[in-house]
Amino acid sequence: MFASCADPSTLDGLNWLACYLTTGKHLDFYWSFATVLLLLVITAPLALGMGFLGAIASRSPVLPLRWLGRAYTAMVRGVPDIVFFLFFVIALDQGLEWLLHQVVCPDWDQPIRQGTEFRVCPQAKIPSGNADAFWYQVDGFVRAVITFALVFGAFAANVIYGAMQAVPRAQLETAEAYGMSNRQVFRRVLVPQMWVYALPGLSNLWVILIKATPLLFLLGVQDIVYWARELGGSKTSAYEYPHPDWRLWYFLALLVFYLLATWASERALGRLTARLSRGQATAAGEAMRKAGI
Amino acid sequence: MKKLLLATALLALGTGLAAAQTVRLGTEGAYPPYNFINDQGEVDGFERKLGDELCKRAALTCEWTTNEWDSIIPNLQSGNYDVIIAGMSITDERDEVINFSENYIPPAASAYLALTPDVDVKTAVVSAQVSTIQAGYVAESGATLLEFATPDETVAAVRNGEADAVFADKDYLAPIAAESNGELVLLAEEVQLGGGVGLGLRESDTELKAKFDAAIQAMKADGTLNALIKEYFGEAAVTF
Repeated sequence: MFASCADPSTLDGLNWLACYLTTGKHLDFYWSFATVLLLLVITAPLALGMGFLGAIASRSPVLPLRWLGRAYTAMVRGVPDIVFFLFFVIALDQGLEWLLHQVVCPDWDQPIRQGTEFRVCPQAKIPSGNADAFWYQVDGFVRAVITFALVFGAFAANVIYGAMQAVPRAQLETAEAYGMSNRQVFRRVLVPQMWVYALPGLSNLWVILIKATPLLFLLGVQDIVYWARELGGSKTSAYEYPHPDWRLWYFLALLVFYLLATWASERALGRLTARLSRGQATAAGEAMRKAGI
Repeated sequence: MKKLLLATALLALGTGLAAAQTVRLGTEGAYPPYNFINDQGEVDGFERKLGDELCKRAALTCEWTTNEWDSIIPNLQSGNYDVIIAGMSITDERDEVINFSENYIPPAASAYLALTPDVDVKTAVVSAQVSTIQAGYVAESGATLLEFATPDETVAAVRNGEADAVFADKDYLAPIAAESNGELVLLAEEVQLGGGVGLGLRESDTELKAKFDAAIQAMKADGTLNALIKEYFGEAAVTF
């Protein structure tokens, strides 16, 4: 990066460290933090959306829809995350390629499964075989987002379902007495009031989601844990910057990152809880009313 | 007429794409000097140079990708890349599930690395990388096998006392021993394992295998392969 870093073997002390910490590999490491944050920012609203839909389906008066909602939450919640990640990603990958294969290569005569091989026609590969490495990273990232959204959506569905049941019946009855239709009651009373009950559960999920991001590596995304392990391992002079085993320091940096991320989240969620409790028919809302906040 | 033109254009485009199909090379990126991620974040090492040269000779467009060692064969079979070039020894067990090209490194010695030269490798705790021929050998040797996902972790286990010795390709361990300031020593006992190192390909990719075989033979014939082996593994390395 700097001109003075051209020949690392002549450097020592702080100069060496400065050059070491700005190698291309370290820049990849720093970018991977952005990847993780981006994943969180995209996944959280998606998972919340999935959860919301799941909760509505579970409460639906239509029986098949209710089954669907309950089956979704029960199945995903009942399988360990890591198993789901290992299974689902391969299934999703092969399923999509198989579908695409049926569409674009209808006259392909060879079998798709040949023993342990999975062969679709070259046009049906996702991403296409000619795509450069960047698109493979994007592909892995998108698969990660879908998988995380599905898994955490199931947990969120249960939390939101419970929160909807927790809204006092009197509130809904009052709305009905004003002549609101079911939809209006749902939209104007149930949903706005449910959040305060859902928030403790959802904030737990958010923190668990942050901590689940190292699973990214299972999906082929080169995340912070991958780079910490790769950079921290001892290096011989085959590398420009040889060093002994420094994994401890790299993992310490990850520890600080995760602690900071969860600490900042705790604070933000605390404020949100206070804000949502204002004017609500809950003990917290009542306490705020009495204190005159 | 218009439809016909469009169809021909599409067909031409299709065949054009097929001809320029990129060959994806999958490696581990953690096994210097065979293959490793250098400080610029790119794949480097003996196999990087070899792979680029082979692709040039076979007139293929190649792209590099890395994959964990443990899942490197399943991911070849599911089509994530087309060639394994990761210091993989040719063995009968692997040959049953994938195809190997001609070997590009002759059968070379595996060695033990330990803190002291007097470790008895028949009874000691020996670390090796998971799913390697070395791990298989240790399991049958009577020693207690300790497996790790990456080569680096197998050496770290010896350094921190978890294992008494590590068993791996001598070409991987020799530079580590040389640069440890006497902390780690190579044991005198060496073992010949496997049929050399070759490229791993899907069994159905016979055409691609033929292209790479031809390129490897050409490199053997004109001496460039031997020169490359000496450049990365030292003058004393076994050559063709």
